[in-house]
Parts: sequence; C-alpha cells; structure tokens
Amino acid sequence: MIETRALTKSFKRIRALQQVDLSMNENQVVSLIGPNGSGKTTLIKCILGLVRPDGGEIHINGRAIGEDFQYRSAIGYMPQIGRYPDHMKVGQLFDLLRSLRAKQGGQTDDELIAHYRLERIFDQPMRTLSGGTRQKVSAAVAFLFDPKIYILDEPTAGLDPLSSEILKEKIRKIREHQRLVVITSHILSDLDDLTTHILYLQDGRVHYQASMEELRSFTGEQKFGKAIASIMQQSNR
Amino acid sequence: MTAMWTLTRYIFSDIIRNKVIVLYAGFQLLAALLLFNLEENPDKALLSLLNIELIVIPLISMIFSTIHYYNSYEFIEMLLAQPLGRRQVFLSEFFACALSLVLAFILGLGIPVLLHFQDMLAFNFLLTGTLLTFACTAIAFCAAVLARDKARGIGIVLLLWFYFALVYDGIVLMILFTFSDYPLERLTLLLTALNPIDLTRVSMMLRMDVSALMGYTGALFKEFFGSFRGMLYTGGILFLWTLLPLILSLRIFRNKDL
Repeated sequence: MIETRALTKSFKRIRALQQVDLSMNENQVVSLIGPNGSGKTTLIKCILGLVRPDGGEIHINGRAIGEDFQYRSAIGYMPQIGRYPDHMKVGQLFDLLRSLRAKQGGQTDDELIAHYRLERIFDQPMRTLSGGTRQKVSAAVAFLFDPKIYILDEPTAGLDPLSSEILKEKIRKIREHQRLVVITSHILSDLDDLTTHILYLQDGRVHYQASMEELRSFTGEQKFGKAIASIMQQSNR
Repeated sequence: MTAMWTLTRYIFSDIIRNKVIVLYAGFQLLAALLLFNLEENPDKALLSLLNIELIVIPLISMIFSTIHYYNSYEFIEMLLAQPLGRRQVFLSEFFACALSLVLAFILGLGIPVLLHFQDMLAFNFLLTGTLLTFACTAIAFCAAVLARDKARGIGIVLLLWFYFALVYDGIVLMILFTFSDYPLERLTLLLTALNPIDLTRVSMMLRMDVSALMGYTGALFKEFFGSFRGMLYTGGILFLWTLLPLILSLRIFRNKDL
C-alpha cells in the first residue's frame, strides 16, 4: 500500500532521510519507532505530501505520488498536535470536512465521535478545548472517512487512559479489514498488543524492519519494549 | 473550485468572530462618527479620515494577516493532509482573511462615508480602500510564506509598512527636490504607482477640493486621476499589487516543506 524507494530528504545540513526503502501492506499495524530526530515525522510528512522529498519515489496503492492530490482520499491522518481555528465550533469542523471529502452516499465512520461523546461539545468553539479533547477531535477526524490507510502521529500522547483504550479498541477493530495503520509513538508499552510490524528508524535510515514474530525470535525477548531496547542497543554499538 | 469556496466560507466565519477584527471595525466606526459630527465641513472630515485610514488599513491588514497565517499553520497542515491542493488551501486562507478585513472596513468606514457622500468620491474611497486591503493582505501572506519564524515574519511586515507609509515619501521628496530643474510630472506619476499607499492617497486627494492648492503638477495630476481612465489606472495598479505578491507566494508555497 505504501512503498518508498531511495527516499531522501535534507533540511539544510541535517540529513533527515537517507535512501529509505520500505514497504507496508494491508492488514498491518506498523509501529514507526526511533529516537527523537530520527526522521519519523519527516517520513510521515513525505507520505502526506507536506514535505517535498529531494530524491526517491513514494508509491501509494501502486501509484507514484506527484502533483495530483487525490491519493490523499485514501488516507486518514491524525497529527501530533492538532490546532484548529479558535472560533470554529467542533461541529463545524466535522461539517467542513464532510463537505470537502464525503464519499458518494455520504457514509462516514462516526464511531469515535460517538465513543468520545463529541456531540456534546459540538457547539463549543475550538479555543475552549483542552489539549486532550483536541486530540480526541483529531482522532475522530482521522477515522471519519473510513480510509484504507491510517497515519497516526503519536496518537496516545495527550489522551487519558480511557480515551487511549477507546482508540486502541478502534484500531483493533479496523485492522482486520484490509487496512494499513502506521503509528509513531515513544511510549512503547502502549503499542504492545496492537503492532504487527515494526520499522526502526535512526539517523534517517531504516535500521530494522520486521514482523513481531521475527522480532521476538531475533531478539529472544517476549516483551515488545525489551525487544526494542535490545535492537536499540545493537544499533548503538 | 467549490471546495475552495466552502473552505473560504468556514475560515471567514472564524475570522469575523476574532476580537481584533471586531475592534478594527469598531475603531473605524468611532473615528468616522467623531469626525463627521465634530467637523462641520464633511469634506474636511473625509480628509482627516483618509489620513487615518492610510496609516491604519495597511498596518492592521498586514499585521493581522501575518499573525493569522502563523496561527493557522497546524490547521493548514491538517487541511493539506486531506485531498486538497496547496493552491486551494492557500487561496482560501487569503480570501477569507482579505474579505473579513474588507468587511470591517466597509462596516466601520464605508457606511458612514456613504451616509455623507453619494458621488464618485465615495465610490473611489470604497474601491481604493478595498483594493488597498487586498494588496496589503497579499504582501503580508508573501512575507509570512517566506519566513518560517513568526517573529521574523512580523518584523518583515512591520519594516515594509514603515517603508511604504513613511520612508517612501521622504525618498520621493528627495528625488523631486534634487531634480527640480527637470520636468518630473511623468516620473512622479510612475513613482506613485510603486507604493500602494501613496497611490491611494493621490487618487483620493485629487478628487477633493484641496487639490486646488497643488499648483501646476497638481493640475496635471487632477486631469489624469480625475478622469475615468485615472480611476482604471489606480484600480489596475492596486490590483497588480495584489496579484504579483499572491503569484509569488503561491510559487513559494507550492514547493514549501511544512
């Protein structure tokens, strides 16, 4: 579903991505992990077309992305920090997005809106929301159009445990339906039971890409966190 | 196209609820009411209003637009992750911003002026004020796209305002003084076109009675700017002052890393 070939990007002197080759497919939940500044966000932004790569190719559903922005109708994106216009009401944001990209028939996936009880705050302007509530809105937006690909940047960072559990439950539910979920996160234990594949980035390179079974047998660790730590130690040597 | 105007409508309805825009409209309304009521001669009141306006419209339009752009950064990112083009998103932000500033101008100053004048002068006032707002918004968006850092962006815009509103007149005066032995009418005409604020000032002043005090050059200018062709010229140049910065910022924005 997502494939990159020799993807390269530099910001002035910092080489954010160097020759990144990867492929992610349906029915996978891919954890994108790596230390701060390893290029996770740059990679995501390249896939979304927010950052223009210096070299290499990105294919989404078999087609190279270029000037045509229609490929993004297959993607739902949840940003790390969601900020919205101060005086826009929560309900208006959903109305706006629905009128911008609703599919034929107007079917949308409102399950997260319901579970987070966002209807109750539909009349509130965005500026009155707390950081966590804004994250819930961002999550609901990402899932709204039932996309084939979900890109979630630090999804559980600002969420309370209950809301975080609701989100994880939702991811668990959709992953069986030929969907691809890409998650970046620093909190390892959070992802334990969801992840099927990991992609470990360091200094803009893919250091390790494998399924969870391979990771477990490779490192001999059952716990996700410990397995990752063992990979990190090896790559630091 | 429809997506762009839908987006513009939503952003517009957000901006007009912004306190700064409300205050901006309120300030203009207050100034207009005070001047028209305290000054017996409405022509004089209009002249004073014009002088306030030529400082306030560019200053508020430019600073507000710049800050609005930086504050919308994450929202713009979120929009660009949707199946929307960069041009659509950028132009929506631009039009929403410019149109809400124009609305504040029309409500605050346009209506009081229209109550006292219903002639070409009033029409010229509304037209140039609107176009000047568009031009300043476009210049501000251009500066905001160029500078990644908010403080630097606002700094650039303040410098530009300072240059157009104050420094430029000094330079023009210096040129005219230095070369006063030569016929400078055409050059002066050209020089006014290079500054949207001056152009607005000249096109308004020459429609008022004060232009009688401006001597031979004033008479030539009056003949030019007073005509319908002069109005087209002013309108056209102010339109260019919107179009060119907008094209430049779109080109930068299209390939920008967000």
